[in-house]
Amino acid sequence: MSALRTTRMLLRASVMTSMQYRADFFFDLFYAFAELAWTIVPMLVVFGARPSISGWSLDEALLVTAWFTFLKGVLEGLVTPSLVSTIEQLRRGTFDFVLLKPVDAQLYGTIGKLQLPSVTDLVAAVMIAVIALHRLHHHPTASQLVVAALLTLCSLCILYALNVLALCVAFFVARIDNLAYLLAAVFDAARWPASVFRGGMRVFLTFVVPLGVMTTYPPLALLGRLSAKSVGVAVGVAMAALLISRLAWLRSIAAYRSAGG
Amino acid sequence: MPGRLDRALPAMLRVGWKDALAYRGEFLVWMLTMTLPLVMLALFRAVAAEGSLGGFDASAFTAYFLAGLCVRQLASSWSIWEINREIREGALSMRLLRPIHPLWSYLCDSLAAIPMRAAISLPVALVLLYSIDGTAGEKLARDPVTLALFGVSLAQAFGIIFSISSTIGALGLYLESALGLWNIYVAFFMLLSGYLLPLALFPAWLQRVAALTPFPYLQSLPIEILVRRLPLTTMLRGLAIQSGWLVLSVSVLLLVWQRAQKRFAAYGG
Repeated sequence: MSALRTTRMLLRASVMTSMQYRADFFFDLFYAFAELAWTIVPMLVVFGARPSISGWSLDEALLVTAWFTFLKGVLEGLVTPSLVSTIEQLRRGTFDFVLLKPVDAQLYGTIGKLQLPSVTDLVAAVMIAVIALHRLHHHPTASQLVVAALLTLCSLCILYALNVLALCVAFFVARIDNLAYLLAAVFDAARWPASVFRGGMRVFLTFVVPLGVMTTYPPLALLGRLSAKSVGVAVGVAMAALLISRLAWLRSIAAYRSAGG
Repeated sequence: MPGRLDRALPAMLRVGWKDALAYRGEFLVWMLTMTLPLVMLALFRAVAAEGSLGGFDASAFTAYFLAGLCVRQLASSWSIWEINREIREGALSMRLLRPIHPLWSYLCDSLAAIPMRAAISLPVALVLLYSIDGTAGEKLARDPVTLALFGVSLAQAFGIIFSISSTIGALGLYLESALGLWNIYVAFFMLLSGYLLPLALFPAWLQRVAALTPFPYLQSLPIEILVRRLPLTTMLRGLAIQSGWLVLSVSVLLLVWQRAQKRFAAYGG
């Protein structure tokens, strides 16, 4: 599997690059904790006044936070930095050199850069999930764990596909060099259970950017509250997202005409 | 050299305005990344649908977060990004060559972006205000005195934010990367300014801590003047403290800039 080997090599190279700047590492570490506080503080304020919101208790909502933190760690640690650098390459014309490399340019363009401090997000996510499950006195069964893991994989696929789509947009409007941050901003809405939102916001979060599927389904599966049909839908959405993003990528790359030089 | 400045400022403002216009796509994306108040709005409205929270009902939340959206858009400055980039690329030497202090040109860039921010954010906020909740509009202050005080608070908030942003940018001449420090500032801003949620919902001790920092004066004060019907004395006291922070932050900026400038080595240029 050459794609797997390429992935491993790219990740190793990006870990080494990201360890170069040590002062930044500590700033980023602090920032990761602060971001966690932005999620938890409003939650404590709200649940301090209410035992439950839209049927979610604090501990159940914390499970959603755990998945949100995990996916955000992946987004900010791996996907956004790669997007930023690839969009920069598109602008400068140095993307030509990426195309010349004997690896899949999509892979190279989407996981070539890594921000190591985001590992703290992954650790924090696991801790939050464990604390929440403990407080809920819920011991997930093996099958619940397997389904939750499968849905997490689906979430990662959707996240990745959305970013590939953002990158495809950059091929056509290369002047917009901050596209990469847009998804990160939209993703903010995923820190709360999807059913809290109503009206237009809910439609947007379900169909336009399926954040609800990404951070709310896996905790529901872990709690054993997700129907088999919903699992099927999530898998279908993930597959479709990957397929669409690959097709969009192939079209974009065909339209690439280099730049700068 | 006041005469020279008189002639240069309008020209620099025009350049900044044209710049914002030329990069309108990018500009719009930056604006879209500051939509967290809309997420918080949707969330707190859902919470308030089951009963009011800390004195805020659904329409109070609506007015608060939409005002927050506008304040954040209008009183913001991204000079840190500009300064950081120019230090790294050596382009700062071009600014230093001009017969006008570089801070003036950064200030003009930030100021010139405001009309465009206003042109986009104000209509969006007003439409949302009246379409989401007809009664939310009644929360807005209408008397001219309060509106004037709101204007003052907004202008002072802009001044403080520009100073902090530029100071951290200038610190880039000492630090490996000023952006890490900027992130720490943003982290505190989010929590303590009232951007993420109204400070009134915080426990009392945290409100007291926040009041000792400049952060509530960057966001919470203008919003509350506009939508919370504060007594006149409270508004004036807030504005006086805000002025104090403005003087302090401008002084720090000038001091840091003067010292840091000597370390500039014009890489690359």
